[in-house]
Amino acid sequence: MTIDMEQFHQVFFEESFEGLDVMETGLLNLSPGTADMEEINTIFRAAHSIKGGSGTFGFMDVSAFTHVMETLLDEMRDGRRQVEQRGVNVLLGSVDCLREMLAAIQSGDEVDSKSVSTHQKELEIELNGSRSEATGEAAEIVVPEPDKAEDSAVNLGWHIIFCPHVHLMKTGNDPVRMFRELEELGDLTVEADFRGLPEIQDLDPEECHLSWDIRLEGDIERHEIDEIFDWVEDDCDMSIISFADEAEKNRPAEEDLVAGEPIVEKVVPAQETAKAPTKQAVKAEPEVKRPENKPAAKPASASIRVDTAKIDSLINMVGELVITQSMLSSLGEDFDMTKLDLLQSGLSQLESHTRELQQSAMGIRMMPISFVFSRFPRLVHDLSSKMGKQIELKLSGENTEVDKTVIELISDPLVHLVRNSLDHGVEMPDERIAAGKPALGIVHLNAFHRGGNIVIEVTDDGNGLDGDKLFNKAVEKGVVEPDTQLTEKEKFDLIFAAGFSTAEVVSDVSGRGVGMDVVRKNIEALGGHVEIRSKLGKGSTFAIYLPLTLAILDGQSVAVGDETYIVPLASVIESFNLKPEMVSYVAGRGETFRLRDEYLPILRMDNLFGVHRTESGKGSDGLLVVVEGQGTRCGLLVDDLLGQQQVVIKSLETNYRKIEGISAATILGDGSVGLILDIPGLLRLANR
Amino acid sequence: MARKEKKLTEEEKAQEKEVQRNLVQYLSFTLNSEEYGVEILRVQEIRCWEPVSRVPNVPSYEKGVINLRGAIIPIIDLRERFQLEEANYTATTAVIILRVEEEDKTRIVGIVIDSVSDVLDVDKRTVQESPSFGSKVSTDYISGLVEVNGKMLTLLDIDQFLSLQEEEEKELN
Repeated sequence: MTIDMEQFHQVFFEESFEGLDVMETGLLNLSPGTADMEEINTIFRAAHSIKGGSGTFGFMDVSAFTHVMETLLDEMRDGRRQVEQRGVNVLLGSVDCLREMLAAIQSGDEVDSKSVSTHQKELEIELNGSRSEATGEAAEIVVPEPDKAEDSAVNLGWHIIFCPHVHLMKTGNDPVRMFRELEELGDLTVEADFRGLPEIQDLDPEECHLSWDIRLEGDIERHEIDEIFDWVEDDCDMSIISFADEAEKNRPAEEDLVAGEPIVEKVVPAQETAKAPTKQAVKAEPEVKRPENKPAAKPASASIRVDTAKIDSLINMVGELVITQSMLSSLGEDFDMTKLDLLQSGLSQLESHTRELQQSAMGIRMMPISFVFSRFPRLVHDLSSKMGKQIELKLSGENTEVDKTVIELISDPLVHLVRNSLDHGVEMPDERIAAGKPALGIVHLNAFHRGGNIVIEVTDDGNGLDGDKLFNKAVEKGVVEPDTQLTEKEKFDLIFAAGFSTAEVVSDVSGRGVGMDVVRKNIEALGGHVEIRSKLGKGSTFAIYLPLTLAILDGQSVAVGDETYIVPLASVIESFNLKPEMVSYVAGRGETFRLRDEYLPILRMDNLFGVHRTESGKGSDGLLVVVEGQGTRCGLLVDDLLGQQQVVIKSLETNYRKIEGISAATILGDGSVGLILDIPGLLRLANR
Repeated sequence: MARKEKKLTEEEKAQEKEVQRNLVQYLSFTLNSEEYGVEILRVQEIRCWEPVSRVPNVPSYEKGVINLRGAIIPIIDLRERFQLEEANYTATTAVIILRVEEEDKTRIVGIVIDSVSDVLDVDKRTVQESPSFGSKVSTDYISGLVEVNGKMLTLLDIDQFLSLQEEEEKELN
């Protein structure tokens, strides 16, 4: 029976990436000198399961790499090694390297073997450096080939007696697989012991009655064998004795002469055994390559991990809905007016259940923002040490839930903002002290709900933005005209203009002048916007406002002729009856109206969309909906306001194409299609 | 002798297989008393004409979009597309929902036609390439002409047809 292992690959990758995140967080929490055992254990366990998984799935280079990491971690765990910053940094680097390896394997790309071997070497050097008391062993890890012969003279192999308990197979373990792994360590001879076998009529094929006598020749460390049997430790009786020990115990009885013979002879077979792993390695190579060479360009299917509690509540809700439905249908079988009350209460139940169902279904797409935040401790740690700044990162509101799409798309802009705060916001320690601030700068990441929005704030207590400096810079770069009058807020917004950078020196962290405009573009693509609050010398806050979910939108339905359009409620400022005397004309055509202190253009929706009207009143007594899009305001002239409702967003581009002025479509209560207006698009359309 | 017969039948069988292999089923429909055909494997369903939601600022043959079980589907009037005289929508006016294959994705598009006629078996080998009509009629979206029951059937290449349409729109813009 062969199982298609590929179906589990996705799960393995997901778990491994999670494990890597765990390792990373753990490593960052490790403070040198004072080792928190629990933390080290967590890291070790994560590394161990990645190693185990990659071994099972045949990603040998991954498991080999993880193995070295694990050895290092093991020493820390046992207290044989001090936790030092250098070691932690090397491990952090390896976590990155491992992540790259896994990502490459997942997408079917070639693994960058150069970076892998560099990291592996670093690890080995680290492993070597502080294990002076066991030089021989350590050297063997760095340069395995030549030293092996001498070293293996001490230990030429292992004699393993493996007596699994009857229920071994039921725990999902397969001896054959373990033997195969053993075989990769060295020359393997396995003898099965059939004595425990029952009569054929009593035999249950799912039980294991065999035991094995295993001889594994080659220079193998004990823990390598232990790892293979790690999973079955509790399900078997076993003894692992090295040939050397065994030979000492009963020299004459031992058939295998290798270990027992005098030293001269010992060396000769040792060289043979040293060759054996090399042969193995050569043999193993094409096996490792195979998955890489495959045209595995299959895009990884997107999956999502959902809290079981959420699924339970969803199922509860469906149950409620079914009950309501059966109640209504039995009511409908013989309905008369006396039961009207019942019908009405049934319908209102149905409505509330549907709404709850909708909410919990949307909830499945929601993930805590900590998925994004968790990468920042590392980023801040790396960058602050690189820049020589002292920065503490504070996180709050990590449990705020956001749509999965938001999680995916927000992380890049957020990384940019945080880097920006680190680079331009927080000053160097001496500057801070001179300014009367503590040397340790603080960058605060905060997420919370406000109204129908999610707000993510990046706050630093650094220098703050200098509006005038920004303005001068913008003039210099030709972004604005020198005589433009701007408010403080508008001056801050200049940093989002394309081709704008105030950093005196372009560092590799930020300052190339690309980026902030991209940040704004990305956030606006998600239907959100960015606000800047800043005080010179005190610090600045970048607040990202995002809609709660991307799949549902609060909309204001408006009627234009016989057609219905949806205006996103978030962009509606107000609406009122437009009286003819409020309209002023520019060049006889351009219609504007005055809203408090501002003249705003009027967009006649019927003209803009070519709506056929039955009644031809060019009367100005329509309704004007004042909307805002990308900072500009205008008034949309419509015939009627129909009501506010939540609409499910459906893409027009799936089966059709992009239409100027329309962002998406939705299905209205009567089953027909309503189009959702794209305010910036409308403005472009009107200006054409 | 017997062997020869057997051989013949085998040959016949092979021939029949060959014919079978070359048979393609087409759904034929009428448009202004002209007959057209689309590959039946591309047809998802046939529906009655129902009012659509108009989409602003698109060519008039793009009638609008409908809600097809939760998906938003564009509807294209083939008469207007071919610049035939406009017909009123009647009870037999039908909408054929087609799957259009593009490089990397499949789109669902509906076309409005006068009426659906038949499902026809067409031998691929009898399909004739469309002659050139000069600039009067573009032949890019015609995959061929074939005679069925004494009538000419114009086979439409819908992938080409609907991608062409987009190019024209680009030009318009």
